[in-house]
Amino acid sequence: MTLVKTTFDRRSFLKATALSGGGMMLGFSWMSSCQPALEQETGLTMPDEWFDINSYLKIGNNGVVSIFSPNPEFGQNVKTSMPMIVADELDIDWKNVVVEQAAYSPEQFPGAPFGQFTGGSRGIMSKWQPLRVAGASAKHMLKQAAAQTWQVPVEEITTEAGVLHHEISGKSAGYGEMASAAAQISVPEEVELKEPKDFKIIGHSKKNVEGKNIVTGKPMFGVDYQKEGMLIAMVVMPPAFGMTLKSIENAEEVRSMPGIKDVFPIKTYQDDYKQGYFDTNAFPELVAVVGNSTWETMKAKKAIKAEWEPIKSSDNVINRFGTDINVHTPAGLENTSDHNTQMRALMAKPGKIARRDGDPEGAFKKAAKIIERSYSAPYLAHNCMEPMNFFADVKGDKAHMAGPLQGPGLIEPTLAARLDIPEESIEIEMTRMGGGFGRRAYSHHMVEAALISQKVNAPVKLMYTREDDMTNGIYRPTYTATYRAALDENNNLLAFHVKAGGVPESPLFANRFPAGAIDNYLAEEFSIDSNITIGAFRAPRSNFMAGAEQSFLDELSEEMGKDPIEFRLELLKRAGDDPVGQTNDYDAARYAGVLELVRKNSSWGQTTSDSHRGVAAYFCHNTYAAHVLDLKIVNGKPLVQKVTCALDCGIVVNPDAATNMAEGAIVDGIGNALYGELTFKDGVPQKNNFHQYRMIRMSEAPRDIEVHFVQNEIDPTGMGEPPFPPIFGALANALYRATGRRHYSQPFIGEGISLG
Amino acid sequence: MALFNLTINGKKQQVDVGPSTPMLWVLRDHLNLVGTKYGCGIAACGACTIHLEGTATRSCQLPVSAAEGKNITSIEGLSENGDHPVQQAWLEHDVPQCGYCQAGQIMSASALLEANPNPSDAEIENAMDGNICRCGTYTRIKAAIKTAAQVK
Repeated sequence: MTLVKTTFDRRSFLKATALSGGGMMLGFSWMSSCQPALEQETGLTMPDEWFDINSYLKIGNNGVVSIFSPNPEFGQNVKTSMPMIVADELDIDWKNVVVEQAAYSPEQFPGAPFGQFTGGSRGIMSKWQPLRVAGASAKHMLKQAAAQTWQVPVEEITTEAGVLHHEISGKSAGYGEMASAAAQISVPEEVELKEPKDFKIIGHSKKNVEGKNIVTGKPMFGVDYQKEGMLIAMVVMPPAFGMTLKSIENAEEVRSMPGIKDVFPIKTYQDDYKQGYFDTNAFPELVAVVGNSTWETMKAKKAIKAEWEPIKSSDNVINRFGTDINVHTPAGLENTSDHNTQMRALMAKPGKIARRDGDPEGAFKKAAKIIERSYSAPYLAHNCMEPMNFFADVKGDKAHMAGPLQGPGLIEPTLAARLDIPEESIEIEMTRMGGGFGRRAYSHHMVEAALISQKVNAPVKLMYTREDDMTNGIYRPTYTATYRAALDENNNLLAFHVKAGGVPESPLFANRFPAGAIDNYLAEEFSIDSNITIGAFRAPRSNFMAGAEQSFLDELSEEMGKDPIEFRLELLKRAGDDPVGQTNDYDAARYAGVLELVRKNSSWGQTTSDSHRGVAAYFCHNTYAAHVLDLKIVNGKPLVQKVTCALDCGIVVNPDAATNMAEGAIVDGIGNALYGELTFKDGVPQKNNFHQYRMIRMSEAPRDIEVHFVQNEIDPTGMGEPPFPPIFGALANALYRATGRRHYSQPFIGEGISLG
Repeated sequence: MALFNLTINGKKQQVDVGPSTPMLWVLRDHLNLVGTKYGCGIAACGACTIHLEGTATRSCQLPVSAAEGKNITSIEGLSENGDHPVQQAWLEHDVPQCGYCQAGQIMSASALLEANPNPSDAEIENAMDGNICRCGTYTRIKAAIKTAAQVK
């Protein structure tokens, strides 16, 4: 057993019923609002009385345990896997557990703004210890309660599946019987945690706790939110990036349309507001339309006539979690063709050097052969299936908010500043998200909803249309990278050079593989200012760099006459045995581990007659991933037959759910690599809905996906992002083997153009 | 506005809406049946799929005036207790990630199996290609449809 300090602030273990806000007062929760339905759903009898043990759990007098999932859920299944961690340490039978979504409560779940954040593949990694401690502390308090009741030493008490035992006296009691007494016990200063070998729930697949609700269409998403007297709001945004609202021309006329309550401009941020890092917002001035029903409001939205004007260029200071950063936003209507020209121009000039090992310039001069290849990728829209939306009920100095968002702690201060009310006066319910992918880390629409509610003095649900969602994006930026390798006359690798840039950010990670494996190494970068808003998109920057780097390594291995996996393993061996440089952001042995596992499980080296394979591996967000992808060309179109995936994310909490995540990341990556693209003409996104923006469909998804995990007892790391970036490379490399042609520019297939 | 008599999930309902109002919004805003989802509004994503006389139909493109007098089934009415073979297969395969598209996927899949109890892979793909799953659960959806086909 491991002894750990209960690192929580005492305040986080306040009895939840004593709190004025937080998890206990969820009105929307199907669980607390509908106990009989829950009983029917779970087959469990709900207790007469609950006893709050700590922020994460309460125990009923009949032994049923309710566990709060602290982080918002967008499909990564934390609502199941986080409670699994608590339940295991608590020693409770999983079938006696019910799960509730916690509301935003920085007091109960400290660590703001990231205490209840879903993103960066941080959920399980950052909550691993707190969740275990919460379960173990509760178990300790139950044991103490039993020891006091039975007048026996606490050390003699054991637990199993929700029952306390005292072997010597033969006494035993269910957790429910001791819950009342346990709630009075003080929180222990330190608790014992289980050894991984003793886990009974962690590592054993559990079904999604929301499965039944999802397949029966129960309300659970932001768009499903209802409140008595609620109105529907929509917004009209400028037609192009680089434009802003000048005036509304026909407000009176639209106000008189059927079912319409009001039309007015809103300003999301005050002029003197210092924006935070996640306050990104292309269009802070909008036209709001409020009506009785969605369809009426949608029709009124279309009827709005407004005058728009060009933005002025601006220089702003943004607060990046306490550090000021300067951001220049140029005026103008931007074009993809101009971005590409600008990127090519900067690629031809020296960039900002991010890392230099040895003498790369000298080594390139001595080279017998230089391989140079350039890669590029376009802007991508997140296209969450549930468009952006938020419920707001602002009354006086109180705001009740509910909706889909990845980081309530990121936006609550913004809203407090805008409404000029204390953060404590804002209640945020986190609804299940219909996808996030990074987009919902930016919640300007929550502020918009609050301003609209405040103006009309009624609860409102702000709904973005699909077109709004796609054209008011916070996109994955467009990027480019050029790789160069210097070889001697015997095809030994002398030097490696990467230069990467983008609009408006560079995608470079200077200290990632193959840095550390090559004596002479140079990494440079550049960026180009833009007024097109960008932000986190599943595995930011990695989602481009992995494909570029892994395609280049593939081409390099071919040039050097080496097997692509063997070549990578040789580099990793060097990085492990005798690393170059001080800072290398990866563990070479674990990196090699996933390559070896995928090599074994894909039967690498055995040729298949009609299928073509590509391999790629990558490390990001603390997890190692490798894929082998097999494809055929059928009627000129690539058809992925199989993807074999190997992952090292440490302990796998919920294996089937983790497998599902990896499968999804693979499908998502193949879709984006083949079809994903958003271009701009005079500031206007050239696609606004799914008839134009091609998304991968079932017939284009792999026929088979096999996911393998490295077995170890390392603390778990993230699963949402890591399997995504390398699939771009595996696909590109398989496409080369199938077509004889390298693919350097994403998307690999343009709209309506097949490979040939 | 006008009164429309509808049969939703076997129940007679009356709504007072404009004749062009899509069934999607009639269900969601006026009948409080929010399982049917808005995804695109142009019949390009399948999230709003319902059954119109048993046929998978995009409710965002079905005006209420065209639905009068016809039998409409939404996800809430697919089965009494959420135990339709397709729903059960979805749970068995633990298909959903975010879950937003899944009601539409299930409605497309159940209509397919009603018309073709033992579909081939190509037939499944053909019937399901109109339903986007942004999370990429396609392999599980396909497996669940095959499981449900064995049950039926």
